[in-house]
Amino acid sequence: MQLALFFIFGALAVAGALNLLLQRHPINSALSLVVVMMSLAVLYWSLGAEFLAAAQVIVYSGAIMVLFVFVIMLLNAGEEEETHGSRAAYTVGIPGAAAIFCLLTFVFLSERHALGSANIGGYLNRGVDNIAEVSAMLFTKLLLPFEVTSILILVAILGAVVLARKEQ
Amino acid sequence: MVPIAYYLVLAAILFSIGIAAFLIKRNVITIFISIELMLNAVNLTFVAFAHMWHQVAGQIFVFFVMVVAAAEAAVGLAIIISIFRTRQTLNVDEIDLMKS
Repeated sequence: MQLALFFIFGALAVAGALNLLLQRHPINSALSLVVVMMSLAVLYWSLGAEFLAAAQVIVYSGAIMVLFVFVIMLLNAGEEEETHGSRAAYTVGIPGAAAIFCLLTFVFLSERHALGSANIGGYLNRGVDNIAEVSAMLFTKLLLPFEVTSILILVAILGAVVLARKEQ
Repeated sequence: MVPIAYYLVLAAILFSIGIAAFLIKRNVITIFISIELMLNAVNLTFVAFAHMWHQVAGQIFVFFVMVVAAAEAAVGLAIIISIFRTRQTLNVDEIDLMKS
């Protein structure tokens, strides 16, 4: 049953990613990325990462992609045109990406017995539920990095405001 | 029962499509979108390995990647807006200010 779930949502993710690659209008690419992110959220859930599944839906497809769609609408971006650079990228990019894919897949499939297999839901060694474990780790051992990320977000907000402001 | 290798192969597929889109696309927003796709593919490997070792550290990594991606998207899109304001184009071939 988990295998069926994996294949359905894995196929959905790959279809969304291919659609991202093939569409010429940026708004279509942005919306196909939302499809990829939602199917990845289901896969996170099936791997026992409930907190990350929720965060993927809320943060990635809720906040970041809305920002992308806003900017595409704001700049009124049209279809991209073929240029000299894009023809060179086709001849180099497709074989390069295929080579990286073949290398990674070869390594993963030749080590598949050492990697083992996944049960739905999963469990953690310390035997508590996922969100409790994540928050316990985040607020005790990793408290300083967690606070530093809030400063990072603050700096990013200030930078975005300064960069996007109209010149006087 | 799904082999962990299948999850990793799916992540490899998404990552390769992200690389191809990054190289082929000429619109700066679409290039940025393909970077997000690659980040998502790497996050999937982190979650798969976290499941494999029954440790929560991999999920913490994904949490921090999400935070940094949010900050990066905000700053990157602000840069794209200011580029469009000065140059009136989103095509990366025409944004060649630093090319001597």
